[in-house]
Amino acid sequence: MANWKAIGGSVAVVAAVAAAGAGWWAYDTLETSRSDVADDRVTLADFKADPEAVARGEYVMRTGDCAACHTKGMGDFAGGYEIATPFGVLVSSNITPDATGIGAMTERDFFNALRQGIGQHGLLYPAMPYTAYKNLTDGDMHDLWAYMSTVPPVRNDIDETAGMRFPFNIRLAMAGWDMLFFENTGFDGDPVADRGRYIVDGGGHCSACHSPRNLLSAEVSSKYLQGGSLGTSYAPEITSNEYLGVGGQSVESIAQYLRTGTDGVAVAAGPMAEAVEHSLQYLSDEDLTAMATYLKSVPGSDAVAPPPLAADSLKQGALEYEISCSACHGPRGEGMGLLAPAFAGNAAMLAPDITNLSHALMVGGRASSTHENPTGAGMPSFAWKYTDAQMAEILDYVRNSWGNAAPPVKVEDIAKMRADSGARDKLSIPQ
Amino acid sequence: MNRRGALFSLGAMAAAAATPVRALEMKGYPTDMSMDPAFLPRPAIHGGSFQVLTADIDRRTVTAVFDRLIPADDLGASASEAGCVEFLDMQLAGPFGEGASLYRKGPKLPNEDELAQTPQFIETPRERYATGLAALEAFAQKTEGASFADLPEPRQDAILKGMEDGTVDLGPDVNTKAFFELMLINVREGYFSDPIYGGNKDMVGWKMIGFPGARYDYRLYADRTGEDLGLEPVSLIPRD
Amino acid sequence: MTTKRQKADVVIVGLGWSGALMAEELTRAGLNVVAIDRGAWTDTSTHTPPSVDPDELRWSQRKELLSPPRDNTATFRNTLDQTAIPTRNWGVFELGGGVGGAGFHWAGMGWRFSPWDFEVRKQTIERYGLAKAEDGELQLQDWGVTYDELEPFYDRWERIAGVSGRAGVIKGEKTGVGNPFEGSRSRDYPTPALKTLRAMELFNDATNRMGLNPFTIPTANLSEPYVNPLGVSMGACSYCGFCLYFGCGNFSKSSPQACIFPVLMRRPNFTVLTKSCVTRLTKANDGKTVTGAVYVDEQGNEVEQPADIVILTAFMMDNTRILLHSGISKPYDPRDQTGVVGRNFTFQTVSGTDMWFEDDNINPFIGAGALGSQIDDYNGDNFDHSDLDFIGGAGILTLSRDGLPIAKANALPPGTQRWGSEFKKSYAKYYRNYATIFNQGCSMPTKTGYMDLDPNFKDKFGVPLLRLTYDYAQSDRNMAKFTMDRSLEIAREMGASHVNGFNFADKPFTTAIVASDHVIGGVPMGADRPTSAVNPYLQSWDCHNLFVVGASAFPTNAGYNPTGTVGALAIRTARAIADTYVKNPGALVEG
Repeated sequence: MANWKAIGGSVAVVAAVAAAGAGWWAYDTLETSRSDVADDRVTLADFKADPEAVARGEYVMRTGDCAACHTKGMGDFAGGYEIATPFGVLVSSNITPDATGIGAMTERDFFNALRQGIGQHGLLYPAMPYTAYKNLTDGDMHDLWAYMSTVPPVRNDIDETAGMRFPFNIRLAMAGWDMLFFENTGFDGDPVADRGRYIVDGGGHCSACHSPRNLLSAEVSSKYLQGGSLGTSYAPEITSNEYLGVGGQSVESIAQYLRTGTDGVAVAAGPMAEAVEHSLQYLSDEDLTAMATYLKSVPGSDAVAPPPLAADSLKQGALEYEISCSACHGPRGEGMGLLAPAFAGNAAMLAPDITNLSHALMVGGRASSTHENPTGAGMPSFAWKYTDAQMAEILDYVRNSWGNAAPPVKVEDIAKMRADSGARDKLSIPQ
Repeated sequence: MNRRGALFSLGAMAAAAATPVRALEMKGYPTDMSMDPAFLPRPAIHGGSFQVLTADIDRRTVTAVFDRLIPADDLGASASEAGCVEFLDMQLAGPFGEGASLYRKGPKLPNEDELAQTPQFIETPRERYATGLAALEAFAQKTEGASFADLPEPRQDAILKGMEDGTVDLGPDVNTKAFFELMLINVREGYFSDPIYGGNKDMVGWKMIGFPGARYDYRLYADRTGEDLGLEPVSLIPRD
Repeated sequence: MTTKRQKADVVIVGLGWSGALMAEELTRAGLNVVAIDRGAWTDTSTHTPPSVDPDELRWSQRKELLSPPRDNTATFRNTLDQTAIPTRNWGVFELGGGVGGAGFHWAGMGWRFSPWDFEVRKQTIERYGLAKAEDGELQLQDWGVTYDELEPFYDRWERIAGVSGRAGVIKGEKTGVGNPFEGSRSRDYPTPALKTLRAMELFNDATNRMGLNPFTIPTANLSEPYVNPLGVSMGACSYCGFCLYFGCGNFSKSSPQACIFPVLMRRPNFTVLTKSCVTRLTKANDGKTVTGAVYVDEQGNEVEQPADIVILTAFMMDNTRILLHSGISKPYDPRDQTGVVGRNFTFQTVSGTDMWFEDDNINPFIGAGALGSQIDDYNGDNFDHSDLDFIGGAGILTLSRDGLPIAKANALPPGTQRWGSEFKKSYAKYYRNYATIFNQGCSMPTKTGYMDLDPNFKDKFGVPLLRLTYDYAQSDRNMAKFTMDRSLEIAREMGASHVNGFNFADKPFTTAIVASDHVIGGVPMGADRPTSAVNPYLQSWDCHNLFVVGASAFPTNAGYNPTGTVGALAIRTARAIADTYVKNPGALVEG
């Protein structure tokens, strides 16, 4: 899914470890008997699919959001999406049934690639979320295979690792990462009864973004879905925690958010907007409800609201809010319909990581555009209007008003965002 | 798309293949959320060196005129104290001074002012100031034997009043009444526009009348009809 | 040399309200639409967000959102024997400078016209006799469409724009609130009326005491967040007071940007060419159809966009000028009143009263572009004209629009010195205690009010400017005097300490002074072919695949702002094209 695009870079760091670790330990993680249920004779290019399986497979594709990473200007699924990493540029592959794509793969190859990261040219980089797709059932895999066979073939020869520097261009290095962090098992529950968890942990690969990662960019299982940094954005906690997570929201409002990009309080933007636009809005109400129900059951962090900052310290921020923010976000932080997010009762605003807030102020942003809620309104950039310190005042105000409470924003965090995003300085004015 | 099939090629369409053409063609909704650079606010910082009012005598005349139009008194600073002379210099140096929005093709017809019921100009505001300020100074020298800027205030007021009502004529090169009106609107613009343009220093003009400035939400106040709301004015760009 | 683009199903010239409404309908119907606009792309959050918008000098004084006279102007004269002069500075032509047209910087008055406005000639003759309609000067003609026929399309436009108001008449029944004189509506407005501000309170109280019928003007400044039938979300007006000449930073002023572009721009069968100015249309050899539009791009290249259907949705001046410059249909000749293109130019006939109060707090800076109270007791034919020397009337309204301090500096009680300490003292006192009554009067066409191409002046492309010949009809002048007297009575009843009546129609018409910016006509619609350029579906009588949409089509002008009627006509035309024309291209009406 889209969010992985941001993570792709950092995972490559593990290649260093893995280069040393690739060895016989790989035996277990590379064990492929789970793929034996798949045919190993007919290639994707030659496969004749059953239309009903194709329709089901399209739905599986939507949950997995394959197009987000595998489409870039050359046609759907033709690959070419560049993932900039500190170790070079990784390019997403062509997954159309062309000879330059995966047309020569058999269904068994396909299973190995998706669920175990074993590709036709060697091991895949975990920018491909096989760590989540491993949970896909055989049935969903068969259907997805059927769907992919109907994708129009596109000729687009891609050397995925040409832009990666040695030794990170050695695919076998991934064996070490797999050895450390990849558990080669399928879904451990009932895909029907545990439908919500099945989607969240399977195709949806929510934890890819919403769980924090360790130094080697592997998800920290003890902090599952408790929020993760993606560099230029932050995927907030989506557990039952009532302060920072979704514990305080109804199942209906979570499902509405996933389907339309907003529940009238929070509004999806950035990577989450992509997830909603390309994937979540296509899911059935039943599945979205199941996901929401599951998320509300996930044990959360122990974060609790601190005492709000003293009102006296918020006066300047309050004035700036009234001047610049309230026209869209409401005099009482109530937001503006489906257009602009509310700040009152919006747990995502209160996360200790303020990346999304500082990014919005510096760069602006566009809300998601869905079939049901197409507007996709814009948030303007304020880099030209406010200093870092003034932005901190505004954020402290919105994070500590209308029932909100959060620790003070660090001016240096905002300064870092200004530098990292390349946003301009505040305009000079006559004194 | 069946309806497209119902259309037939109308008229005598050329059979030649369409030529690819470069155009500012837009498909899809733009995703770039940065401000269009042409729409960013354009604060004007004078820095002390004049671009149009380069002659000392012109600056002295403008200052004298502006400070009679908006003098210092118990309601606040004078126009020049509020930055209106620098404001004017920067406005005349830019698109306004160049008459960039005006239709300036000649000839100017003899009946233009009468038909329009308001004076028409092919000259730019910058040119009108150059001509007008020189004519005003010449008028003062001729009638008073002194620079306009050095005249006593009552005499300055009398000349300005005469320009306003048409009893003073600065000569054939100047539409005197129109030049007075140009200076009057420009000094008001300087005194009441956002301080980012160099005038209205400390928002003196806005404080004088009770205009709260560049605010964008009065929902918390709109129901308090008939009240003095006492709102402090704010500029488009706050100080650091 | 003119290069040629790939043919489209439809080319739309001008992407303002009319163009955007039509493009939305036609792309939804599956047609491949290319819109050409001379302006640059302009949008809410990237161009006029809340922190850029509230700047009077830039947007109201310098009018940076508008297309300047340098690029788009016209010449004018009052009578046939005069030499027309160019409008050199800002005046009555307030054209949009960017994509979205004037629909981006407009105030947001969300009116419908009254039933009478569509049948001025017929109803005047029926009620007052032929002599009242044919006084030798007036050139009255009906629209070929009635209010009732247009009502569903008014309704649709109001839904798309989200207009805020309170219905006065629903399905023939008076509601007891709203405007009791309005044409019957199928349902109430999509959003409730905006708040009643101080100037409106004073006006409402006074007119109620006088037995008149005040109501809140319907506004395309929205009172609450709203989702329109296209699924587009809009915001709630914050009463910031920066509407007319400004964009809207919080999505609450209806515009093509706020209401239509979010869906239209995302349709794969829609393309817009920006910074490209159409100068003429190409005609087929058979003379019965047009084949496309020719534009000049930013680099000065001339390019043709061929299309099966050509739709002119530019400003009324440009619709008229493009037809004249392309040699399509017969130009109007004022000497014998033959010909149709350029016919029936109308304006608005404006009078009113400025008012100053003692020790009140009008707080003019709290406002919305269209917000105000109005009485229609003296509008249209809502009052008996038997003993009056005119037809029609005016909407008499007070505005709570804005408190722009540069512009308002002229609004001081009569006799006050306009500069010096006396000015400062007076302005400090009256800035917050000034209000105005504005009589937005109808405008009736005359035999000599028309447009043609100017013989002397050209634009930057070398195309002759449009020449406007017009002066107020005596009937309208008499109406303006009558309504000015009514507004003076109201002002006194409101308790103003100073009143000052004004009447733009006591002098000749001029384009250089803004009485109104509602210039109208030139490509009049009608059921009668000799007196109209387009039929009741705005289809050219002479070229059946050409549609000319906008206020250019109004044969008469009303005492209301035109945008709602422009929108309704555009939607009606688009539906006729999608439902009928594409299945069987040809004349939609026999004539």
